[in-house]
Amino acid sequence: MPASTPRALPAPETAREWLETMTLIRRFEERAGESYARAKIGGFLHLSIGEEATIVGSARALRDTDYLISTYRSHGHALVRGTPPEQVMAELFGRVDGVCHGRGGSMHMFDLARRFMGGYGIVGGNLPIAAGIALSSDYGGRDEVTLCQFGDGASNQGTFGESLNLAALWRLPVVFMVTNNQFGMGTALGRHSAVTDLQRKGESLGVPGVRCDGMDVLDTHAVVAEAVERVREERRPLLIEAVTYRFRGHSMADPEQYRTKEEVEAWRRRDPIPAFGERLVAEGELEPGELEAIDAAAIARVDAAVEFADASPFPQPDALFEDTYVLGDSPHGWYSVETTGERAAGASGGRDSVESANDEIPQQLTTALAAGEEGGEPGGGEIGAELPDRAAEQRAAGG
Amino acid sequence: MAEMRYREALGAALREELRRDERVMLMGEDIGVFGGAFKVTDGLLEEFGERRVRDTPISENTIVGMGVGAAMTGLRPVVELMTINFSLLAFDQIVNHASKIHYMFGGQARVPLVVRMPQGAGHQLGPTHSHCLEAIYLHVPGLLVAAPATPADAKGMLKTAIRDENPVIFIEHESLYGARGEVPDDEDHLVQFGVARIAREGGDVTIVGISRMAVTAERAAATLAADHGVEAEVIDPRTLRPLDLDTILASVRKTNRCVIVEEGWPHGGVGANLAALIGEQAFDDLDAPVQRVTGADVPMPYSKPLEDIAYPHEPQVVAAALATLGHDGAR
Repeated sequence: MPASTPRALPAPETAREWLETMTLIRRFEERAGESYARAKIGGFLHLSIGEEATIVGSARALRDTDYLISTYRSHGHALVRGTPPEQVMAELFGRVDGVCHGRGGSMHMFDLARRFMGGYGIVGGNLPIAAGIALSSDYGGRDEVTLCQFGDGASNQGTFGESLNLAALWRLPVVFMVTNNQFGMGTALGRHSAVTDLQRKGESLGVPGVRCDGMDVLDTHAVVAEAVERVREERRPLLIEAVTYRFRGHSMADPEQYRTKEEVEAWRRRDPIPAFGERLVAEGELEPGELEAIDAAAIARVDAAVEFADASPFPQPDALFEDTYVLGDSPHGWYSVETTGERAAGASGGRDSVESANDEIPQQLTTALAAGEEGGEPGGGEIGAELPDRAAEQRAAGG
Repeated sequence: MAEMRYREALGAALREELRRDERVMLMGEDIGVFGGAFKVTDGLLEEFGERRVRDTPISENTIVGMGVGAAMTGLRPVVELMTINFSLLAFDQIVNHASKIHYMFGGQARVPLVVRMPQGAGHQLGPTHSHCLEAIYLHVPGLLVAAPATPADAKGMLKTAIRDENPVIFIEHESLYGARGEVPDDEDHLVQFGVARIAREGGDVTIVGISRMAVTAERAAATLAADHGVEAEVIDPRTLRPLDLDTILASVRKTNRCVIVEEGWPHGGVGANLAALIGEQAFDDLDAPVQRVTGADVPMPYSKPLEDIAYPHEPQVVAAALATLGHDGAR
């Protein structure tokens, strides 16, 4: 994708904040990757490195009252909305001070107060939810807009067609934004989508599309801002295709056999962060030394986040059942299945049983943890392929 | 009290809650202009308008997912799916999203969503329209699962479901829509979740009936009393999550025998779960193995004679009850 026609710079303090936030996301993701190699982070870890302009350029087109919703690649989306890096890192570390108290992990960030409506682990799962949030805004007569981001792979899910159709039919204030990073996991765009001009994929559903250069924060911002305000005004959805590239693998254990080093190198030369920084210096909005200062500040902030996350405790076993349900007055008997053994009839009922059920958890948990440590690896398929070789990664990281 | 059909009781619950709470809104296929595939929502579009009663395209997963998003941001959506069989198209939004969002996002968001749908065989709708799938939803933590068997419960439980803060899978039964019964007029007639209904008292054998099978169980109990001198206690759990195991166990401790009747498949079914719980918690009180009467382990056939024998009827329930008493009975 050729570089777009240069867009005018915003006010210096705005431009600076965009660069700072993109840099923070980059440094955060790098440290997350390192922490993963050190086994501080488990599960899957999907990094946004290379895609920072799509995150900052789009989110900065929103008002604080607008909603942002994204995918399993969502650390940057929480950060751009203002979730403290400490809470995002603590979530990755599985600690109590994580933004979801360690229950969601990398793929399920969420910050209701900042109207970041979540990372979702199911490809395409967030589109209907985005339409529902927009329905809520519309129903309440509020002029909020929902910005729904998803990947090129999600554009093949049934929810894509269903959600775009419904949003157009009901004139819902939602901007659908496909972050086209060229691959649905390891399957190239041309191998997974019959229509590769993704901005056109909503046309038959009544949703016009537009494209932006996802490697350029200015172009992304300009296109998304125009779309958001148009949707706010006209009360009908739009589709944006942000063309970008992830510099790292799909997740941490991705041998990247589906693309060439040359291709990755070519895209890296368009790295959105130095490109934007150099332009700010060239146009006199930043002194050359300030680039280093911004980078150093981001690194320091991420250092603090790692320190915070590492110091935060793991959840106690008695937190296992918390928030499975909103416990009101009426429900009882939630834990009847857990309250087996010597406990008899009385154990199944009442919220008292929440506490009594929890008495038994430490032992269950210990058993589960022990089983995990013995290396019971899920086998086969995507999961098997994605399982990281921690030892190799630790060696690579010098750990 | 007024005599009402089950479908009218459901419609009354919806109407009352729509009037009571501006946040309540309905979405579903053919619920508006058509009046609902089973006429539950008949007249609601006329009274409440297109903003609150919305006909949707045939897009089950997205209808439910929109309900999730709307519920997370302050509405109390009631989604109607035409049958529970079609809810499988929405399984991702129900199981991966609605049930998990409160938990996986650390308690920040709530999903006060009701997904209503009927189930059940008997109308020759064949393999894709006839099954009872409550066991599938019973499996999932984070969901509430309600299955009313009477008009009064249909109204009171639907109102409770709409007012609850959790996602509720609300399972109606196609064969019960026309059933009549006394229904309280009280607009605050709420049936508490997690409290079983003892449909008939008796000391000889406990019969637990799920959904429509509570009605079948009651008929079987009448036959047991009239023809065999056996007094059965019939329990309708009403909600499977939460489950009023206390009431079931107390009955089993009294009768020392238990039959569980459900229309769904036997393996991994409601009865399998209940039998395990009873075995774990009341083994010493049992004088006979727990008996299950279930739907046949096949896709529901179309042809009437085959369909008839593919789900439970009163004689099988009578036979199972007699078996726990050591009678050969009809078996």
